[in-house]
Amino acid sequence: MKRIKLETIVDHSVLIIGSLIMILPVAMLLQMASTPDIETMRNGPGLVFGDQIPANFEKAMFEASGFSGENTGLRMLYNSLILGLGFAIGKIVIGMMAAYAIVYFRLKFATLAFWIIFTTLLLPLEVRILPSYEIVQKLGMLNTYQGLIIPLIASATATFFFRQFFRSVPEELIEAARIDGAGPIKFFVDILVPLSRTMIAAMFIIMFVYGWNQYLWPTMITTDEGMFTLVRGIKQITQTLEGTNLPEYGKSNILQIIAILPPVLIVIFFQSWFVKGLTESDK
Amino acid sequence: MKRAGFSIRWLPILLLLPQLSIILIFFYWPAAHAVRSSFFLQDPFGFGETFVGLKNYTSLLKSSAYLRSAQFTVIFTLMVTALSLSLALLLAVKADKVIKGAKTYRTFLMWVYAVAPPVAGVIGLVLFDQSWGPLKEFFGLFGWDFRLGVDYFDTAFAMVVISVWKQLPVNFIFFLSGLQSIPKSVREAALIDNRSASGRFWDVTFPLLAPTAFFLLIINITYALFDTFGIIDTVVKGEPSNNPMTLVYRVYVDGFRGNDLGGSSAQSVVLMVLVLALTVFQFRMVERRIHYT
Repeated sequence: MKRIKLETIVDHSVLIIGSLIMILPVAMLLQMASTPDIETMRNGPGLVFGDQIPANFEKAMFEASGFSGENTGLRMLYNSLILGLGFAIGKIVIGMMAAYAIVYFRLKFATLAFWIIFTTLLLPLEVRILPSYEIVQKLGMLNTYQGLIIPLIASATATFFFRQFFRSVPEELIEAARIDGAGPIKFFVDILVPLSRTMIAAMFIIMFVYGWNQYLWPTMITTDEGMFTLVRGIKQITQTLEGTNLPEYGKSNILQIIAILPPVLIVIFFQSWFVKGLTESDK
Repeated sequence: MKRAGFSIRWLPILLLLPQLSIILIFFYWPAAHAVRSSFFLQDPFGFGETFVGLKNYTSLLKSSAYLRSAQFTVIFTLMVTALSLSLALLLAVKADKVIKGAKTYRTFLMWVYAVAPPVAGVIGLVLFDQSWGPLKEFFGLFGWDFRLGVDYFDTAFAMVVISVWKQLPVNFIFFLSGLQSIPKSVREAALIDNRSASGRFWDVTFPLLAPTAFFLLIINITYALFDTFGIIDTVVKGEPSNNPMTLVYRVYVDGFRGNDLGGSSAQSVVLMVLVLALTVFQFRMVERRIHYT
């Protein structure tokens, strides 16, 4: 009996240490955001929380940090939301349409379309950033939301995911629908989309987090401070910490917190959908 | 395709059109462009280009800076993959075992998934800060004078630590769901056959997790190669100079900052070939992977 107890203690200790390693670094950011900058500058992160969070929050949200005075936290939050939502919705809508066409229609060039689309899974945007940048520049889409979102959609993860799911939908459904006289659009809208609700939710969470957290592409494509997203703005914020007499640690750290809060909350609250979406994409 | 599929012609074409046009413009065109410009030398003032054949590639192989990055990338990838996989497996096994607080632990161990890589990088900057970084102070206790951004090894070490921290949740989630999908009957049978917990783990659980582990191996390699960009960029504060950098980061530095289009394109093509080889390898292994169900 005593041995089992010891084992349980070990198990819990490992998990507690693991959890602390995940939580403490972010708690540290929050602590720094709550202390006056002068204290942080002298002593670094400490153990006691101060009362500066509301003041720093106000500074972070409404005071601009760049040269143009356009990139307030609020503006960056707005841009991040557009990127996250635009990317997630765009990807899901386009992916579902393409997957529907591939799975449910007799098409001569279906195999060709399949390969054209799925080759994109092989090469992430990072390996072709420079030519992609040039093309977006040629199309005059620098510093626009389209330029930010559309090139990121050019990979078939969602299409692949929905194709797998549609293929697992029983054949009898479409047969029954056809007997009842439902056309392809009616079948899609009235049967397939409601059936995919959980899948759509799962995909949405993953894609929203992915879009929100984009860094390299927004760094290249947006030079206009009014177009910065929160994650994109971090670089500039940390650079302003260098070489000033009293760096604004509080403001900077609260911006980091704001930058991670929406995706973190979504992942925590919709945990089961999120885990399902993530692990199902494996198949 | 479904047997009872629709046979209307125009609708599927219409449905495929958005996806195909985005892919053609923003995937195939840039990819082809990269391959093409890797054979050319661009005039720095934009007045044209000259065909130089494989010169961009040969000068890459001769560049000691590039080879240093390649070497660093290999070591970095191995370290990040090995560490984050093994730590995540340990945590997943424990989280699968405990009864009390299992859900809370799960949440605590996975939420970092949603933290953006550059924010993780900033956390690293604070932890290893020169004047008061908590981890820097901690290492100082053992006589290790940690100098982030100055010492090559120390900077690389910090990059690995942050990248592992950021990647742990993904591996944890996959391992945990892999463990939970092992049928109860199998576990009970193992419990009767083998009394030692570690024996049960290595003889029964681990082989059953092998497909998940293999899938994760590829995911982690891709992560270390590409998704760590934000971490590296914040840790070196955008000024790589003598600091370690991965191959992807070098594509960005040489092409975007250094304006060496041909060289950067050649680097892109090298990376493309690398990823393609990795994916082909993955597909072949997946085909062969053993299913126990």
